[in-house]
Amino acid sequence: MKKIFVFAIVLMMGIFTIATQAQTTLTIITYDSFYISDAVIDQFEAENDVTVEILRLADAGVMVNESILTVGNPLGDVMYGVDNTFLSRALENELFLAYESPLLADVPEELQLDKDEFRVTPVQFGDVCLNFDASQFTAETAPQSLADLTDPRYQDMLVVQNPASSSPGLAFLLATIAVFGEEGDYTYLDFWSDLADNGVLAVAGWSEAYYGEFTVAGGAYPLVVSYATSPLAEVFYNELDPENPPTGAIVADETCFRQIEFVGILNGTPNEELAQKFIDFALSPTFQEDIPLNMWVLPVNSTAELPELYLEYATLPENPLTLDYTLIEEKRDEWLQAWAETVLR
Amino acid sequence: MNHRLGGIFPPRLIYIIPIAFLTLFFVYPLVAIFDRSLRPDGILQLGGFITLITNAYYRDTLWFTFWQAVISTGLTMILAVPSAFVFTRYQFPFKSTLLALATLPFVLPTVVVATAFRALIDDNGLLNTLAMTLFALDRAPIQLERTLTLIFIAHVFYNYPLVLRMVYGYWANQSGRIEEASRLLGANSWRLWTEIRLPLLRPILGASALLVFIFTFTSFGVILILGGLRYATLEVEIYNQAMNLFNLPMAAVLSLMQMVIILIGLNLYTRLQRSITSVNLQGSVARAPHTIAERLAIIGTVGLMAILLFMPLFALVIQSLTDKNEFTLRFFADLATIGRGSSFNVPPLEAVKNSVIFGGITTTFALILGLMIASLLNSHKKNRLLGWLDALVMLPLATSAVTLGFGFIIGFSSPPLVWRTEWWLIPISHTLVALPFVVRSILPALRAIPKPIHEAGMMLGVGRWGRWYRLELPLISKGILVGAIFAFTVSLGEFGASLFLVRNDMPTISIVIFRFLGRAGTYGQALAMSVILLIVSAIAFLILERLRARGVGEF
Repeated sequence: MKKIFVFAIVLMMGIFTIATQAQTTLTIITYDSFYISDAVIDQFEAENDVTVEILRLADAGVMVNESILTVGNPLGDVMYGVDNTFLSRALENELFLAYESPLLADVPEELQLDKDEFRVTPVQFGDVCLNFDASQFTAETAPQSLADLTDPRYQDMLVVQNPASSSPGLAFLLATIAVFGEEGDYTYLDFWSDLADNGVLAVAGWSEAYYGEFTVAGGAYPLVVSYATSPLAEVFYNELDPENPPTGAIVADETCFRQIEFVGILNGTPNEELAQKFIDFALSPTFQEDIPLNMWVLPVNSTAELPELYLEYATLPENPLTLDYTLIEEKRDEWLQAWAETVLR
Repeated sequence: MNHRLGGIFPPRLIYIIPIAFLTLFFVYPLVAIFDRSLRPDGILQLGGFITLITNAYYRDTLWFTFWQAVISTGLTMILAVPSAFVFTRYQFPFKSTLLALATLPFVLPTVVVATAFRALIDDNGLLNTLAMTLFALDRAPIQLERTLTLIFIAHVFYNYPLVLRMVYGYWANQSGRIEEASRLLGANSWRLWTEIRLPLLRPILGASALLVFIFTFTSFGVILILGGLRYATLEVEIYNQAMNLFNLPMAAVLSLMQMVIILIGLNLYTRLQRSITSVNLQGSVARAPHTIAERLAIIGTVGLMAILLFMPLFALVIQSLTDKNEFTLRFFADLATIGRGSSFNVPPLEAVKNSVIFGGITTTFALILGLMIASLLNSHKKNRLLGWLDALVMLPLATSAVTLGFGFIIGFSSPPLVWRTEWWLIPISHTLVALPFVVRSILPALRAIPKPIHEAGMMLGVGRWGRWYRLELPLISKGILVGAIFAFTVSLGEFGASLFLVRNDMPTISIVIFRFLGRAGTYGQALAMSVILLIVSAIAFLILERLRARGVGEF
């Protein structure tokens, strides 16, 4: 009896293993909001005689965590979209295989955070900035600095995201840390405490904040943490006049935080060479020029041409804030805990 | 002589199969994740337990989890027990339909319940829109979003049907003769309540309250979606620690803490359940109402159910058909196509098929395993192994979904067990969650079978199969059907563990809803998908309810 039982299990395992091995497929692990035109993917498939599968996990955090748990036996071959706030966690856990793409020559040096070891390659970047409802503010009456947000004029007006569960939320917290610092008379926690007194609302994620609470989408808060390019997306999707966008982005110095996203070859992939080709492809103008109107971030390749909407109407920050990614990893938990205790309890 | 019921299965397999199943798919992943979390470098690190006690943040979380569960339980009992009395005592139109429909909320996944409440009380929700139009207000009058009140309302919504069913089911089967006798002996209604009714009901009241406590203690979706960020139960904090902070040691400590507390609760529950006397059909004690007070009690009960249970569901349906105050079928139509940049490689409607298939498989697995385990637990040979098995079967109820999910990731990603992306792992994970319900539904029915029936069967020379099929099965069929309802609906609604297992080409309904809620601009589609889940649950439920005829289920 026992023998039959064991035999059956072994047999089943064998069948399942065989069934999972089919033709060559390159699997890209990414987050839920990843989008690129089908034609672009088709081109890569045709050139390399391969099937590309896009595996969308809930968000960048889930993507990194799951990959750490399965390091060496990855769910896919390439990870797309790990950003500078998660980078250090990913690198420390040896998620990636090094690869230096020749196309990096066209990528500005300040975006190449891992330029000694090339474990990850920058692929796109964007800026997290405050957005305002243009029916309630003009560029002049909107807050001009982070400190302005604690002014009673902006009481009960701002909605932010939980930095523990949302990447723009974390970027905004990092911006406040970069501006106010952790020590001195007025630290980032003093700022957040004032912000809480001034009626800031914190919700779980970007879509809850933007589509649930922002006045432009029917909510009650005319200021929201979003992206510098969000006003362009509003115009584009609602087919509005780009001269009169319904929202505006505040891009003054010391208000926006830069997010750089990376692509990397997952340690343990059987398709390393193909994955390298994909990275080259992701840096090529074909792919890079498809990014702005689909994911609303900017291409890293300086030879890629921006769409007209961006060239004519984008207001982008000139000096976005950044923090060292190793510092972010070192202190993230401490900051998040302190934030939660200041704002939520 | 083998008196053991469940004789259909060869005696050895009945041990091997359930234990092998639970070991491979529950114990192994759980050990894998706890090992990884608490022994990251091969050295056991238990500092997290000290943090748990010394850090005010975790103490507060634990305290909040506890008292919100106590209040939720109290509120549920206060509302549901009088309703159960009305259901027991009086006959009124549409009573059984109402009871069947009232069970619907309990089987809905938390995501949908939370979504339904948001659709009802949001600034743009049904109640506020209605009030603003009626009274020409320019600000929404009802401001319950992200309040504790809303959490309590949702918990009552969820658990009221459970208590109503359990208490009504028990009460209706109590003999009316004791009451008649005491009335004849001159007991007034106060003494009738305090000396007759409540003492008789004590075990069922205790059992149902404990169950509500357990469910609200581990509340996740309701707190996460309705409570905003201010409130966190242990379960929410485990999720936060594991998913957001990736603090696995702390998540493991909290997870173990929750398991211990819930196991204590489950143990008490099992004891109470044993003291509940078995089904005792005496015919209905219900009669038509005579006085105005009695009529008012019925109207009050039906009114309460309409407001509490059906309004949110109604709001959900209305909101799914409305876009910017105009009627639309757009959200439903969208479900048939693969949206731009969709999370899935198939149209969302495919999820209905997947969910029904997974539900079917889960039900089959859970019933087979549940029958085996129930008959093991019912066997008269009391040994230590069975005690452990009893606890093991209940354990999935106490295990946080994210812990189990991470366990699956670690356990089934490296050779030779590379099952992580296998579709069948989904119904298997659902089976784990459904199993405690199934076992608890079948066990009381098995216990109620009088032993002489078997002896008679054996004396008449009926074989093992025949005894099972002709004697045992008819007697426990009600329990099996109740178990089947639970298994199917648990599978439909499960989204915690599924989140880690579902593949882009085989989404389930709950996962589709969850993803829609998390994405930009797909709230309407989330509502539409919720309505579909509601319909699928209702259909499954009504079919099984038909089969069940009039019976009494526990749990």
